[in-house]
Amino acid sequence: MPDIKTILATDCGSTTTKAILIEKQGAEYHLTVRGEAPTTVEAPFDDVTIGVANAVREIEEISGKKILQNGRIQVPKKDGAGVDIYLSTSSAGGGLQMTVAGVVKSMSAESAERAALGAGAIIIDSIAVDDGRKGHEEVTRIRELRPDMILVSGGTDGGTVKHLVELAEILLSADPKPRLGTGVKLPVIYAGNHEAAEPVRQVLDGKVDLKIVENLRPTMERENLHPAREAIHELFLQHVMQQAPGYGKLMTWTSAGIMSTPNAVGKIIETIAAQEGINVLAADIGGATTDVFSVFSGAYTRTVSANLGMSYSICNVLAEAGIEDIRRWVPFAADEGYIRNQLRNKMIRPTTIPQTLGDLYIEQAVSREALRLAFLHHKSLARELKGVQQTRTIGDALSQSGTGKSLVRMMDLNMIVGSGGVLSHAPRRAESALMMLDAYAPQGVTMLAVDSIFMMPQLGILSTIMPEAAAQVFNRDCLIKLGTAIAPLGTAPEGQAACAVTFRGSRIEVPFGSIKVLPLRAGEKETVFVEPHRTLDMGEGRGRPASVEVEGGVVGLIIDMRGRPISIPADDSARIKKLAEWFEAFKLPIPQAQGL
Amino acid sequence: MATAYTPGLTVSSGTIIRKTRRLPLKGTVTVQPGDRVEPSTVVARTDLPGIMQTVRLCEQLGIDPSEINKHLMVSEGDFVERGTLLAEISSLFGLIKNRCASPVDGILEMISPITGNVGIRRRPIPVEVTAYINGTVSEIIPDEGVVIEAAGALVQGIFGVGGERLGAITVAVDSPDAVLDEDGIREDFAGKVVVAGANITGRALKKAASVGAAAVIAGGIIDHDLVDYLGHDIGVAITGQEEVPSVLIVTEGFGIMPMAARTFNLLKSLAGKQASVNGATQIRAGVIRPEIIVTTDAQVTGADGENGQSLNTGARIRIIREPYFGLLATVSGLPKETVMIESGAKVRILLAKLATGEEVTVPRANVEIIED
Repeated sequence: MPDIKTILATDCGSTTTKAILIEKQGAEYHLTVRGEAPTTVEAPFDDVTIGVANAVREIEEISGKKILQNGRIQVPKKDGAGVDIYLSTSSAGGGLQMTVAGVVKSMSAESAERAALGAGAIIIDSIAVDDGRKGHEEVTRIRELRPDMILVSGGTDGGTVKHLVELAEILLSADPKPRLGTGVKLPVIYAGNHEAAEPVRQVLDGKVDLKIVENLRPTMERENLHPAREAIHELFLQHVMQQAPGYGKLMTWTSAGIMSTPNAVGKIIETIAAQEGINVLAADIGGATTDVFSVFSGAYTRTVSANLGMSYSICNVLAEAGIEDIRRWVPFAADEGYIRNQLRNKMIRPTTIPQTLGDLYIEQAVSREALRLAFLHHKSLARELKGVQQTRTIGDALSQSGTGKSLVRMMDLNMIVGSGGVLSHAPRRAESALMMLDAYAPQGVTMLAVDSIFMMPQLGILSTIMPEAAAQVFNRDCLIKLGTAIAPLGTAPEGQAACAVTFRGSRIEVPFGSIKVLPLRAGEKETVFVEPHRTLDMGEGRGRPASVEVEGGVVGLIIDMRGRPISIPADDSARIKKLAEWFEAFKLPIPQAQGL
Repeated sequence: MATAYTPGLTVSSGTIIRKTRRLPLKGTVTVQPGDRVEPSTVVARTDLPGIMQTVRLCEQLGIDPSEINKHLMVSEGDFVERGTLLAEISSLFGLIKNRCASPVDGILEMISPITGNVGIRRRPIPVEVTAYINGTVSEIIPDEGVVIEAAGALVQGIFGVGGERLGAITVAVDSPDAVLDEDGIREDFAGKVVVAGANITGRALKKAASVGAAAVIAGGIIDHDLVDYLGHDIGVAITGQEEVPSVLIVTEGFGIMPMAARTFNLLKSLAGKQASVNGATQIRAGVIRPEIIVTTDAQVTGADGENGQSLNTGARIRIIREPYFGLLATVSGLPKETVMIESGAKVRILLAKLATGEEVTVPRANVEIIED
């Protein structure tokens, strides 16, 4: 590859198109300028490139550099204008919406879900022969939803053929049309039993745009998701993107294919986990959806909660969590009706931002529930394969541990990375730390971090062609370490000493039900000695002390002795008093009562 | 963000209205360019392919799927009526007969020797698209639909529920800050588009529906009144498919919110006129706002109703978020630098002069430009 000096990357989100300019200074790559503009994939513009050009124009204004020539991005650089490489990711226009189908819901259909989610899709329905629905109900559902693409799986190689042909017959019956474009055949990927591929082709040939790939679950014990994911990505570029307004043009501007935003974020999360050899959990909370990514012992899982978000979907968080679960995180007295009306008004005017502190904390309360619910969804899919035969001992049988155990082990989690407007753009970084602590309730020793300005998608796509440049910018300009959280599992009597932490020669006792933040700056590392209460566990067993390595951050070292699960007083005034204490621990201001 | 403000909703007494009327699938356009159309005029139609009914033929007859063709009495492509014998087998020297008949009318489209099923495609379902407004066909979208153009008044709301309706406008309150309660709903509101002020109460909304009002337009609605009216919560703002007796359109938001005087006065001036209304709202993936359209017979001239204004000093704005929600103001300053607001965030702001003369700081993202 020639010497690349300037890289432009954009992420076309559902609301905003974000552009970053990366330049080589000396031997290393640095983020130099960032710009953004409203996304223009919808009417009256109907052309995504207008928003891209507007975001790039902001970069030109700030940097004084010329990048656009005749209204398009100049690649490669010519006559002093343009950039060496231009890359883009996209989640605009509703992202990639898929229906998956499998024979057994908890096996092949679930593997198909993992394949599609890992490729950056939103699952709008999952059909299985054993899902309890009647054939005509499934047919009607497929018709109504109009997915961008369908992934069919099922049967181990050499296994059932009949059930797969039945799934094909359901598709034939529905005669589904894709969401975008009229007169276009729906892309269908077949990734099931290879012996059923030909009979399935005979049923669907000519009716849909069928692509046959290797079985994604060739045996009960093994998933083979890569071929299906590659096919999804290829069809996403060939079909869905070509039908979306302006993407045909944008694809002629880019130096590599457009990648779906979550796919790109997943790439960068996998890279961090591999480089550091750690277990990572990451969340990208947007206006419409929340994506969750995890890597535990090298196993990567990505899920998307399609209707949990901070603007378009904010009322869905309200509907799913309930007003009481949102209100429990609001640190001042607020009328329930007032909160509900505020959230509805955010839903209908999604681009507005909180001006008052009270309004900000109400949105942050919603974010805790959106993150928590999306994490529950993630844990339900991030698990070992179901249906795998295991040799068991008597002990295993007594412990009732079945197949399909969760891969997410909170005590083994090393880092949580938060991204998305509410976390990346929180006015005070401590607010992001507290939101993530409340939503995830991490256990043991966990580093909390945020994506500084919301640029993981652009770095994710960059990592596919220039991994070193992506890693340099990620570590220097993107990842903001907030600090390490120490949080034992279990509960203890309120107010009693929950643990003693020996930090820089001082022994500090922290009562149960409280949080203490100690000064430990970014880059500083210390070994601390933690002596938990006899009912609390730091990962070494109840009451057993632990000597742990901690790293600082912009917030500090957080000793969270609220117990796991976090207990919040039921009484309103006691709850507000307790929340005020927790906010105070982070030196966060508390506003007056609202809407009463 | 240089352009981080919300364009205002259109409230215009005279504009060019263009409505695209499109089929869900390709079909036939039934009008010509220049044709005059009425709301009920069919402008395009198509046939939605019927659903294929699967018949588990071999399972019913107790035969192996590989034998299906041996017993079938009809062929692929045949039209079969409900009750038509599809296959028959006999056993015990013909004494016992097992039969399988078609459960529906349709065309035999699939015979599977693997599953032993046959598929009968039901008759197509006709779909028609009407003009929805009075106007002239200005453009044909081949095989898909038309664009109807008309001159008239257009009011966009911020949120609505329910689909397309027609009705004469009637104003039920004296002022834009009045709340329309149950006592204000009259029997003669049947078929009408009823204009309320700052709010319609939950009970009044139900009564309006029971007397058969076509639609209700109000400044605001209390959240739980909407949930109660619909019978379910709304998670994502994609509406229009609700089967509600009366369409509801709110022009300002949730709560008790005086209707903008300009909107109220325009609707008042249109009292008695026939309106086309649609509560459909889609805020995610393509912005669709609810609308009230009253067309006139005037010639189609002038510019359309799109927003073209930019945020300049002197521009008239409405603030759309607390703590100044709903207040009208004039932009008195547009500082370039970001400014820290009460929440602690540093954002692009503007200075707004309120009607009281007070000058306040507002994030640029929290204002709408008011069209002149």
